[in-house]
Amino acid sequence: MIDLDDHPVVLEVRNLSKRFPVGGMFGKQQVHALNDVSFSIRVGEVVALVGESGSGKSTTARLIARLMQPSSGEILFKGKNMLKVEPRGASLGYRNRVQMIFQDPFSSLNPVHTIGHHIARPLLLHHKVQRRRDREGRINELLAKVGLNPPADFASKFPYQLSGGQRQRIAIARALAVDPEIILADEPISMLDVSIRIGVLNLLAQLKKDYGIGYLYITHDIASARYIGDKTMVMYAGHIVEGAESSELMEHPSHPYTQLLLSAVPNPHSLDQPTRLETRGEIPSLIDPPPGCPFAARCPHVKPICREVMPSTTMLSADHWVRCHLYGSDNSAAQPAA
Amino acid sequence: MQPNEALLTVDDLCVEYRTPRGPVRAVDHVSFSIAHGEVFGLAGESGSGKSTIAHAIMRILHPPAVITGGHVNFSGDDVLEMDGDELARFRWRDVSMVFQSAMNALNPVMTIGEQICDVIQCHLRLSKADSMDKAAHLLDLVGIERSRLAAYPHQLSGGMRQRAVIAIALALNPPLMIMDEPTTALDVVVQKEILQQISDLKDKMGFSILFITHDMSLMVEFSDRIGIMYAGEIVETADAHDVFNNPQHPYTRGLMSSFPSLVGPKVKLTGIPGSPPDMGKPPSGCRFHPRCDQAMAICSLQRPALREVAPVHRAACHLYELTGVTPRTERGTL
Repeated sequence: MIDLDDHPVVLEVRNLSKRFPVGGMFGKQQVHALNDVSFSIRVGEVVALVGESGSGKSTTARLIARLMQPSSGEILFKGKNMLKVEPRGASLGYRNRVQMIFQDPFSSLNPVHTIGHHIARPLLLHHKVQRRRDREGRINELLAKVGLNPPADFASKFPYQLSGGQRQRIAIARALAVDPEIILADEPISMLDVSIRIGVLNLLAQLKKDYGIGYLYITHDIASARYIGDKTMVMYAGHIVEGAESSELMEHPSHPYTQLLLSAVPNPHSLDQPTRLETRGEIPSLIDPPPGCPFAARCPHVKPICREVMPSTTMLSADHWVRCHLYGSDNSAAQPAA
Repeated sequence: MQPNEALLTVDDLCVEYRTPRGPVRAVDHVSFSIAHGEVFGLAGESGSGKSTIAHAIMRILHPPAVITGGHVNFSGDDVLEMDGDELARFRWRDVSMVFQSAMNALNPVMTIGEQICDVIQCHLRLSKADSMDKAAHLLDLVGIERSRLAAYPHQLSGGMRQRAVIAIALALNPPLMIMDEPTTALDVVVQKEILQQISDLKDKMGFSILFITHDMSLMVEFSDRIGIMYAGEIVETADAHDVFNNPQHPYTRGLMSSFPSLVGPKVKLTGIPGSPPDMGKPPSGCRFHPRCDQAMAICSLQRPALREVAPVHRAACHLYELTGVTPRTERGTL
């Protein structure tokens, strides 16, 4: 495995939080959608973010894409805090460095425009090509890059003429049009047929290799996180509770929630010794949650401190960290979480 | 209980959707059987005909879908010949169904208790109080507190709603339950809890299950025997672990190398090139031949029959009809 530690960090988020007001006209209550999230993505690195629905994965991507304003925290692009540099929203310059691919390729393409039009839009808006002739060449080049051959045929088609897998490739080509350094891929394969999912994942991996693009790969399918992700982070109720190099995380899950998640994934290899779940219950309400660890209510190892203080980050090894009171020095002293 | 005798036999079933652009054969000469106490899995991609088969067995297909041939036999009765009264008895008392989306399967303006009682009183002569008692007992079985009888569907989480739907399916203690993607909309942890519970209930009550999903890992883990569907046909049937460890049909092999694993060395997976066919104009011969890396001349001309390739293992592929051709059996580590 290539050592990514030498690669420079492109994108970093620090203590990112997002709250949404709810509850009538006074809006006294708040949904704590994202709490104190920090991580970084290096050049050519795939960081996978895994979690159940409602855990805050998509909110993370949307904050980084600057589709929403965070409540607090920092988004650093190549060391610059974008929330300070561009406080009113992202500039064209930021948008052509950071692109997003959405989950549903059936609704992310405009049905009345051709594929060529979809790819031409970002080229025009971001002034990537000057002349019409160059534009067509570039469109064909992008379509060929995402495996749609012959490209000229695809450029003149409409979205309804394409399958789900082909549409998702169009969405990828559209993101590539502006030469991004970061792609935020929000469940890019979950709407696709099983037999074509792996092709799209392989394409993302190939682009990473060819262009050094860094990815935030969001998924609920932890096996696909292992397949494509260099690092994997696990999210629960708006908190990232554990992160590590992907294989390390799957082989030595440390947070009780990660352990639960892994034991729940169907695994045909363990047919002889089927696993049984020890934990019950579902994700707690995110509206004004009680203090402490969000997993405390379901955790088989819960201690009194877990209901009072959110654990701080404990490094288990150089690239494996966890936020849990079972580890580190949080055990005795009731220090407030960083 | 006679384990060897089939509870349900589907024989040469054909279903067509009569569209303005001509008939689309969604299910094409499909045959399989389910034994007492067995979990039979139907796996395939969207549009392969899995749900259409389930609806045909329940006789709840609506036009433009029409059953154009074949037989469905349940405990000696021909389901396709049943009239209104017989069907009313057959549905739910003999075969019940759990639908994919619990949100749409429950009535939003009735309490959970009322909806369970509805089913009970429709089929059994029980007083309101007795059926409420039975409903409470059913909630116990699926692990929901009795107090939730008075709850409306929107007050329950997705997992609880799906449990309530299962409670309704269990209400008359039917020998066969059809589960059409019962956990697809749920998170993995809840999915595991529910399947664990179904499995426990099955051991206790002894019903059979027709289990439909597109999730191969789940299918292999939960089923005893599996039928793999492609473009309206069953292309392979075998015991679950044989499908996983020793798939024979090139499509099944492709499927098995389409989903990454949580354990073992990381290997590059290849998946299957191309896309599933347009069922309006399916390919000639074997429907998989345009995507098959082992396709031969005959594959585009003639449809292969489902034949035995090993004990209790059947595949529909020309590779097994020719002597002197050894099918490739090795595949990437999963």
